[in-house]
Amino acid sequence: MEALWLSLKLAACVAAILLAIGMPVAYWLAYSTWRGKFLLESVVALPLVLPPTVLGFYALVAMGPRGPLGKLWIALFGHGLAFTFTGLILASVLYSFPFAVQPLIASFEGVDPRLLDASAVLGAGALRTFWRVILPLSLPGVVTAAVLSFAHTLGEFGVVLMVGGNLAGVTRTVSIDIYDHVQSLEYGAANRMALLLLVISFAVLSVVYAVNRRVWTP
Amino acid sequence: MSGEVNGTMLTAQIRKQRHGASSFVLDVSIEVLAGITILFGASGAGKSTLLDCIAGLTRPDEGRILLSGDVLFDSVRAIHIPAPKRRIAYVFQTLALFPHLSAEENVAYGLRNLPEEQRRERVGEILMVFRVEKLRKQRPGEISGGEKQRIALARSLVTEPRALLLDEPLTGLDAELKAAIVDDLRGWNTAKAIPILYVTHNRDEVDALGERVIALDNGRVVTAGAPMEVLNAPRRKKLAQAAGFENLLNATVLDLREADGVMRVKLGESACEIEVPLGYAAAGSSVQVAIRAGDILLATERPRGLSARNVMEGRILSLEQRGTMAIAHVDCGVTFVAHVTPGAVRVLELTAGRCVWLVLKTHSCHLVD
Repeated sequence: MEALWLSLKLAACVAAILLAIGMPVAYWLAYSTWRGKFLLESVVALPLVLPPTVLGFYALVAMGPRGPLGKLWIALFGHGLAFTFTGLILASVLYSFPFAVQPLIASFEGVDPRLLDASAVLGAGALRTFWRVILPLSLPGVVTAAVLSFAHTLGEFGVVLMVGGNLAGVTRTVSIDIYDHVQSLEYGAANRMALLLLVISFAVLSVVYAVNRRVWTP
Repeated sequence: MSGEVNGTMLTAQIRKQRHGASSFVLDVSIEVLAGITILFGASGAGKSTLLDCIAGLTRPDEGRILLSGDVLFDSVRAIHIPAPKRRIAYVFQTLALFPHLSAEENVAYGLRNLPEEQRRERVGEILMVFRVEKLRKQRPGEISGGEKQRIALARSLVTEPRALLLDEPLTGLDAELKAAIVDDLRGWNTAKAIPILYVTHNRDEVDALGERVIALDNGRVVTAGAPMEVLNAPRRKKLAQAAGFENLLNATVLDLREADGVMRVKLGESACEIEVPLGYAAAGSSVQVAIRAGDILLATERPRGLSARNVMEGRILSLEQRGTMAIAHVDCGVTFVAHVTPGAVRVLELTAGRCVWLVLKTHSCHLVD
């Protein structure tokens, strides 16, 4: 159960961080008229196509004691970043980035531009327009972004294995735990965890689709 | 409403190129005094682009925009006051009411700097002026067309704007409702006396509203002045169509009768000849004649003893009832469109296939270049 708790904690942290970072990035990608914006769009989508091991490998190198991030971290906090919970969060944020940003972009772009014009001529600056108009009208997208990044982080394996290793209570998430059990031929324990993950994932995705289908709004 | 020399006045000299499939250049210089000025033109003439520039939503390539002496835009001095700081209200064609906010919240949107108490008071007042106070808690999705238009007006006017831009705000409403809303708007503006620029391509709205008209065609100001002067002498084809001249006919000049101030023209390839006012044209040259369908008379027998100079025999091709009006297509060698009342259709027993005479005054025929 320690593994499950750790996974949920990781997923919640990652989802929260991704919403905070994802919104300005998505806002910029949705509304910028810069011609080179496709480059950033490609970077954002990269984790969708890269094998988790590639991402995990670079994350590990960067966070290692000789990597730029690792060095900085040691200088700041006196300990390394690899094989820690914080390191895991960092790598997971990268890995789940498109799952948060893509739904946000889609819903921001879906807001009628004339509503933004209306807000502007009524005296609202960009920030107020975002809070009062764009965000409320993009709520399904925000929920989708939060839930997808939560669920995606919950189920990740490759990145966690590369960056986090397998330290009980620190980096041993559910998916690692299952792998561990199978390796030691404890199929019963593996099955319990696998089933649990399956149920949680299904429930979470049901929430996303229900929100998008407006099941709860009459 | 004229003579507010020291009152609010909006002037705009704007050049704006729109890139894309068809390159379009808006190049205008306009003055809008306090009161309602109509901006008139066919769709694609550049009306919305002009309004967007004035509101600050689009940045012109060159020019200057002044509102009662304040510079809102000046390309030379690199001044571009952003839309939120211009205090110019803008009612869009789509109204753009915020769908997630109630009528009351929509109207209060532009009043965030006021204390709660005052804000509620102002919102209540303006909802009353536009007679929609009973809808305050409803969302736009639950409100009918005409009432939505009133709420959009209220939302714009409650902020005490220094100018008002209206982009076909009353399309789709019946004449009576339209007149009522316009009366409310006029009433509101007698006290405020701000410049109001009202976009429409509807001829009836021009007649009902217009104190002044600016006619726009293909990005240029064609004419400006009182509605009758501007629209009854359509010197451009597009404007003629937009101004409700249903008949736009190609003609060849036969001869000029300068002493009478008229000339005879032959319509299209037909044998049909009519007399039109004298224009800048030589015998043998091609001109276009614009005639309003409502200016054509129909008779079931050859009329005699008329002052009208043009009487043509023809046959009704089709007759179509539309509201309180019947639209007849009549073939006289060229096809004319004529409007008659349903009563006339009954009394004269007009039907498709029937022979009729068309009667047309010389001065109902307008030359277009």
